[in-house]
Amino acid sequence: MRVIPLPANLDEAAFDALVAPLSEPAAAGSGPVSGVGAAEAVPGPPLLLDAAGVRWVDPYGALSLLAFGHAARAAGRTARFRPPASADVTSYLRRMGFFRHAGDVFELHGEVGRGEDTQSDVLLEITAVADHGDVHRVVDRVYERSGAILSTQLGYPPELAMQFGTIFSEVCQNIIEHAQAPGWVATQTYHWRKRLGRKVVMIAVMDLGVGFRGSLEGEHAAQYAGRWGDAAALEAAFMHGVTRFRDPGRGQGLQQIRRLVGRVDGRVSIRSGTARISDVPDWADNPPLEEGLPYFPGSQICIVLPAREDTP
Amino acid sequence: MSPHLEHTPQVVPFHFDLSDHVRRSVATLYSHLVTRPTGQALRMGIESQIRATDGPCVSVLDFTEVVVLDYSCADETVAKLVRRYCAEDRPAPAYFMARGVAPHHRETLETVLIRQGMALVAEVMGVGARLLGYASELEHAVWRAVEEAGSLAAADLDERVADPRAGLAAGGLVGRRVVVPGVGGRLHSLSRLALPRL
Repeated sequence: MRVIPLPANLDEAAFDALVAPLSEPAAAGSGPVSGVGAAEAVPGPPLLLDAAGVRWVDPYGALSLLAFGHAARAAGRTARFRPPASADVTSYLRRMGFFRHAGDVFELHGEVGRGEDTQSDVLLEITAVADHGDVHRVVDRVYERSGAILSTQLGYPPELAMQFGTIFSEVCQNIIEHAQAPGWVATQTYHWRKRLGRKVVMIAVMDLGVGFRGSLEGEHAAQYAGRWGDAAALEAAFMHGVTRFRDPGRGQGLQQIRRLVGRVDGRVSIRSGTARISDVPDWADNPPLEEGLPYFPGSQICIVLPAREDTP
Repeated sequence: MSPHLEHTPQVVPFHFDLSDHVRRSVATLYSHLVTRPTGQALRMGIESQIRATDGPCVSVLDFTEVVVLDYSCADETVAKLVRRYCAEDRPAPAYFMARGVAPHHRETLETVLIRQGMALVAEVMGVGARLLGYASELEHAVWRAVEEAGSLAAADLDERVADPRAGLAAGGLVGRRVVVPGVGGRLHSLSRLALPRL
């Protein structure tokens, strides 16, 4: 069995190291996951995600675990999960509904407690998105819970708070129409004291579908010749609104998300395949484009919306 | 009949409450206009109503009760209706106007219309009638002149818009179905035709 100890902070920054074992060469005894850019899958030994040392996890981190488990199973690997030793972290994962979803993909090794007590900081617990009905349910739920938080805690003007649902709608539709596979979405408010000194809303969205490269390859790869790859596909969709559909009205969703997020000095990043592209505000320090990352199928989106600076 | 009414085109306005319709035709309880399938269902319902109207009509798309309007749904409903009914081979002589448009609706509508170089007359909440989407400065000026007058003869347009290309711009607005042509080249405000009878 291959034991993968998880870091103390399980967030977007930990994702590449988390999924790296899944893209290791088969010769090392770990079959890579299947998908565009991945080699032939060869089942390897069981994988144990050891979360005993995890002290903090955000929605992106929680979805990363689920995505890892599904990808491992798709590659013919058995996935096991040891819950965090911290009762607070386990409680948080329970509130997010993590264990309800984790039971489908992980063998759980340890106590995870019972119940799914909700708290006001969870705007949307982990929610599977498989069809357009799910998109409506996500928008309804987020609208019910977020209105007061966005206006009072984050200081957004009412018209901007009203457009919050649009972000969810478009990112969830991205899963259905482009990933061609199910995915998940989760969101929560935080106080980022050290990193930003302000409250934020974090939205995490992940799927294990064909990814941006796979979605665009048939229609657009030829135009890029030797430059085609995950980074080129992400740039085309993220920067230029390129889509595989010929309908002139398509390709607006991501552009509008970027514009709305940019208006509140927020950050958007999309990882797909072996690349990650981001709109980087002044307060963030990640590069706008990263290539050569460990391969992982589908796409992983992280959106951070900070409170206005004058909001207490 | 007054000369003014005599020259008013025979346009049948009807009111279309989007939020009511989405509940009816999509057969769900969704109050938010999101996703492409929802937009497609809405568009089909609106087209069905247009087909049932014999002759020219104005379909008023009412956003008053709509809370969340996403780009996908707006594109599937509004942009595709405008594009189809502005085409030479339009299935019926229909006009479209939006009402109850709040700032967050307006931004979404402007985005989907501008992307395809289209325009739509809208009653914007607290502001009044506006031309949304893509239009040149001259087209805006001509549209405003017609809107303020309610109905305008071609000769009067030249007095109100001091630009030799005003007539050409007016022709473009007629072609884009945001101004209604009358007898003898007279121009009619779409909002005046549609809204008083709502």
